[in-house]
Amino acid sequence: MLKSISTWFHNRPRVRLAALLVAPLFWLVVAYLGALASLLVTAFYTINTFTGNVIRTFNLGNFQELFTNPSYRNVVVRTLGIALSVTIICTLLALPMAFFMAKIAKPRTQKVLVALVLTPLWASYLVKIYAWRTMLEPNSGVIDWLLGPIGIHSPGFGFAGIIIGLSYLWLPYMILPIYAGFERLPNSLLDASGDLGAKNLYTLRRVVLPILFPSIVAGSMFTFSLSLGDYITATIIGGKLQMLGNVVYQNYSLNLPFAATMSMVPIAIMGIYLWAVRRTGALTSL
Amino acid sequence: MTISRLTRYALISLMGVGLAFIYIPLTVVVVNSFNVSRTFSWPPKDFTTQWWSKAIENTGVREALKWSFTAGLAAAGLALVLGTCIAFAVSKYSFFGRETISLLVVLPISLPGIVTGIALNNAFTQDLGISTGMFTIIVGHTTFCIVVVYNNVIARLKRIGGSLQEASMDLGANGITTFRLITLPNIAGALFAGAILAFGLSFDEIVVTTFTAGPGIQTLPIWIYNNLFRPNQAPIVNVVAATLILFSLLPIYLSQKLSGDSNTGGRF
Repeated sequence: MLKSISTWFHNRPRVRLAALLVAPLFWLVVAYLGALASLLVTAFYTINTFTGNVIRTFNLGNFQELFTNPSYRNVVVRTLGIALSVTIICTLLALPMAFFMAKIAKPRTQKVLVALVLTPLWASYLVKIYAWRTMLEPNSGVIDWLLGPIGIHSPGFGFAGIIIGLSYLWLPYMILPIYAGFERLPNSLLDASGDLGAKNLYTLRRVVLPILFPSIVAGSMFTFSLSLGDYITATIIGGKLQMLGNVVYQNYSLNLPFAATMSMVPIAIMGIYLWAVRRTGALTSL
Repeated sequence: MTISRLTRYALISLMGVGLAFIYIPLTVVVVNSFNVSRTFSWPPKDFTTQWWSKAIENTGVREALKWSFTAGLAAAGLALVLGTCIAFAVSKYSFFGRETISLLVVLPISLPGIVTGIALNNAFTQDLGISTGMFTIIVGHTTFCIVVVYNNVIARLKRIGGSLQEASMDLGANGITTFRLITLPNIAGALFAGAILAFGLSFDEIVVTTFTAGPGIQTLPIWIYNNLFRPNQAPIVNVVAATLILFSLLPIYLSQKLSGDSNTGGRF
């Protein structure tokens, strides 16, 4: 019996393929893409201001509000600024760390360092931000205690706090691809550049960075995208400052269609970002 | 290219600063869970273990742990089945839209969590009329957990290739026997690693959970978030946070040990 079932399937590869794909595709296409499509449609709906019910008539009012109300424009610009700063900080921190891990550390140290960098990925997201609340606490926080004597004081909760917190959260996501990139970079290329008379900084600029560019782009997709949608960090260590995510979150119980409209902004920004990256050709060499 | 001694020392100290940046905040949380003071005060004046025993007895924490485990186990189980199916389909067959599928799998973690969360919430409550609860949490978590199982299994399938299965079939074993005796033992480690990563991802998730959990359900992250700003709960929150940090050492160790693939992008 089992044998005949097995033979039946063996002779019909298309049926096997269909059996493998039907459940996961139902899940991802119907449940997930369907939900995203429905969100897109909802963005064009409106609500009855008295009852709070969604009115299913197509109009562009939400988008008009988004583009003309300066406070929303400010939130978008601020969020973009934060995401960009986080990406730059993570890149600047990750480059020397990854270089040291991949090219200088001895094999045993290297293993330990990779584990040390990987481990915090698994510490709870919320706990990490909570940790920064105790670090950043003005006057009584750990930063003031640790660095106060040398004249560095905590920036407190706000714009700088959010950037530090998000850089902290996403740093491993930047180190890992850059480290992998350095691992793939043959030492002989560095030697050749040196032998031909290039100074180290010149080698870094003309040899290392162009080869690493796809890795940096891969890392930046995490740091940028994850920062764009974040609202919890801003709530915990951002003081009164709001990011895009906060506006979406606040509207979702009050005005779902407008929340849907706002959530189109990070999708659109990521779309543009991916398109720009694609044009540089970085994606194909990943 | 030679690296001068000065550059080398500079790099070593940068690495040290980077690691300090990563580990000081985590250490502070662990130390703080023994802080005798009820409100936040740094440095601690004295140490105590009383918050730890209080946290173990705390019913809110226990309840939240139960919800988190239920959601994590269910989501990891579903993701295990769905992710493995896609991995087999993509690695063993060529068909129209294969590239699109691998893109589709990554989409739920590439888009910000808030987008996934609000899209699912909107679909459940507005389109389908399902009220949010444990079921919707599990659906949400499974959606973004599929990718970790898929990545682990497909990496392993690519590495073992097809020759072992062919040899088994040539020796007369049918498809089911081959799967049971050859394929399954070869991918068991990857399956387990994928399931653990999926469980970890689900256990830690807060954004999608916020949008898909009903009012009655608090998973552990939601419990922490809700109690973060309540001063009298601060010591308990500290203990829970410290425990989570200590436990985070476990999955990475297990998955590295079992998977055997040097998947540097462990989480993805």
